[in-house]
Amino acid sequence: MTSDMILPFYQALTEDVNALSAQVPALATDTLQDIRRKALERFSAIGLPTLKTEAWRYTNIQRYLKEFPYELLSTASPVSEAVINSTAIPELDCYRIVLVNGHLQADQSTLPQGKGITVGAMSAHTTAPGFVTYFNEQHHLAAESLAQLNTALFADGLYLELAANTVLDKPIHVVNVYSCTAHAFIQPRHLWILNRNAAATIIETSVHPETATIAFANSVLETVVLENAELWHYNVQQGAESFREVHTTAAQQHKDSRYHHFNFTLPNTPFTRNNLSVALNGSHTETNLNGLYIASKHQHVDNHTFMDHIMPDCNSNELYKGVLLDNANGVFTGKILVHQEAQKTNAFQQNNNLLLGAKADINSQPQLEIYADDVKCSHGFTAGQFSEESMFYLRSRGIGEDAAKALMVNAFSHDITDAVKVPALQHFLQTQIAEIMNN
Amino acid sequence: MLTIKNLHAEVEGKKILKGINLEINKGEMHAIMGPNGSGKSSLASVLAGRDNYTVTEGEVWFNGKNLLDMAPEERAREGVFLAFQYPVEIPGVSNLNFLKTALNEIRAYKGLPALEAREFLKLTKEKQQLVDFHSNLMNRSLNEGFSGGEKKRNEIFQLAMLDPQLAILDETDSGLDIDALRIVSNGVNKLRDAEKSFVVITHYQRLLEYIIPDFVHVLYNGRIIKTGTKELALELEERGYDWLKEELHLKESV
Repeated sequence: MTSDMILPFYQALTEDVNALSAQVPALATDTLQDIRRKALERFSAIGLPTLKTEAWRYTNIQRYLKEFPYELLSTASPVSEAVINSTAIPELDCYRIVLVNGHLQADQSTLPQGKGITVGAMSAHTTAPGFVTYFNEQHHLAAESLAQLNTALFADGLYLELAANTVLDKPIHVVNVYSCTAHAFIQPRHLWILNRNAAATIIETSVHPETATIAFANSVLETVVLENAELWHYNVQQGAESFREVHTTAAQQHKDSRYHHFNFTLPNTPFTRNNLSVALNGSHTETNLNGLYIASKHQHVDNHTFMDHIMPDCNSNELYKGVLLDNANGVFTGKILVHQEAQKTNAFQQNNNLLLGAKADINSQPQLEIYADDVKCSHGFTAGQFSEESMFYLRSRGIGEDAAKALMVNAFSHDITDAVKVPALQHFLQTQIAEIMNN
Repeated sequence: MLTIKNLHAEVEGKKILKGINLEINKGEMHAIMGPNGSGKSSLASVLAGRDNYTVTEGEVWFNGKNLLDMAPEERAREGVFLAFQYPVEIPGVSNLNFLKTALNEIRAYKGLPALEAREFLKLTKEKQQLVDFHSNLMNRSLNEGFSGGEKKRNEIFQLAMLDPQLAILDETDSGLDIDALRIVSNGVNKLRDAEKSFVVITHYQRLLEYIIPDFVHVLYNGRIIKTGTKELALELEERGYDWLKEELHLKESV
């Protein structure tokens, strides 16, 4: 094979993934190059998921990978302030970090500064002690071939580390811009570390400004919440017709830490897969996983979550709610693994759905594996429609059918939106939900 | 204001209303009484547009417009209000937000601008007092965890806020203790004026001691079999419905 011959992306993925590694810039350290090589080997060994892959039974990712002739995109071109502002959250007092295809745009960002705060491009921090200790350390990533692909081919992302006792005074808003002039496969890679007693709130939004070219993001975020630290992480996926996304978050928690993860998937991205795993590496932790997905038209939204109770005396609460309109398709998997040592675990999981479209559907599967004998675990699933009596009550007061539906959807999602601790974000989400339902 | 002509309706193939005729003018208070299963609540439901009822015959005109052609929300915007026998609990919808939405939809229909937050709150405070509706209930979810009395007071409070021309009160007195009954009735009486009409559906004469009707109708087996004044209610209280049924059977067998 000659070096200037480039295989189409999907073909390369399935036939010669090594050809792709020549297309990404070399990483800074030998250790990293070694990690990359191993990930590539691992990806080649496990291959792309098929419908026979247990974790992908209801999501045919190959269909989406074949949909357009993607090219691997590892660089960023400048984007306008208008594009960035299109995803602004009104009244939100925050630091702003702008990433284009994973590359930090320092001149368009307002970075938090001060003692104990390290923030910047991943590529500039590959020798930082936090990076060396925690990068690619989360073992849940090894099982996920898309995460291996990311490790093998990523170019850059956001590195954030808060030193012990560092508490951010206001939220960070990370604006993920995915921009391309041809159909592109983009792989940002992030690592956030909160050391002992540190605390932060991070809100992510994303935008793909082009409508004629498709951006397919395969991003991986590792978060490390160390002893008694607390992280509030909100991921708001405001979609676009020309966007596709596989989003993998691998979190680890240490002793006495608190981790609150919120995932909001809104229309109109045709394909979204969120992998979320939390490994509890210490005792007395608290974990809240909240998800709200509102999907319309032919959207396919798959939330794949994994609560890994490794240590005793930990609490986890998981609540995912879905509103499926039109022909939308939802998938929820909630795995809870309670190891034999993890006595006194409390792990609760709930998945509730409103099926409003004539052809909407949901596949929901709780997977509880419990090897300890002194635990409290529960799971539940519902799928239903609006109560006719409630609809009639609202309409009998002069509220039109659409506005009544909007009220009901807001009501359905209120236990998720009420748990949002940032008022501006909460208001923003409620407004978004009302707007979606009014259209 | 409201004209009901030969109204027939059924639910799941079962005939419930079998030829109702009723004329209601501005400012009038009509009471509809009758034994269980006579069709009282069905009449209220048909007028408000509940969609499990099918109208098979007859007409209903409201201010010259065909009410039966309208969706429930249009009827409400035109000025018809139904106070529910069993108000629905809707967790997650705040009372305040619900009322604001309803009021502004009705205002928009009439070509009026949405109320400013300040005006809305002022109106809310004023109307709350009518039925002694506590402010702390306003921010709670709609009817969620309300006592029976609180739910009924909320119905009358909504009635006061939305200011309809025709209010249909479906057994608003059921489940109320005497104090709550007095509060609810006082609220209704304060809302009476020359422009507004009421249809009060009740089992019991007790309510009509507080809310004095201009007319009392007896509904039986899907039809109005007798119409009188408030004295008729007293007579029903004393003698029950059987004498009316007998009278009816005699008439029908002739």
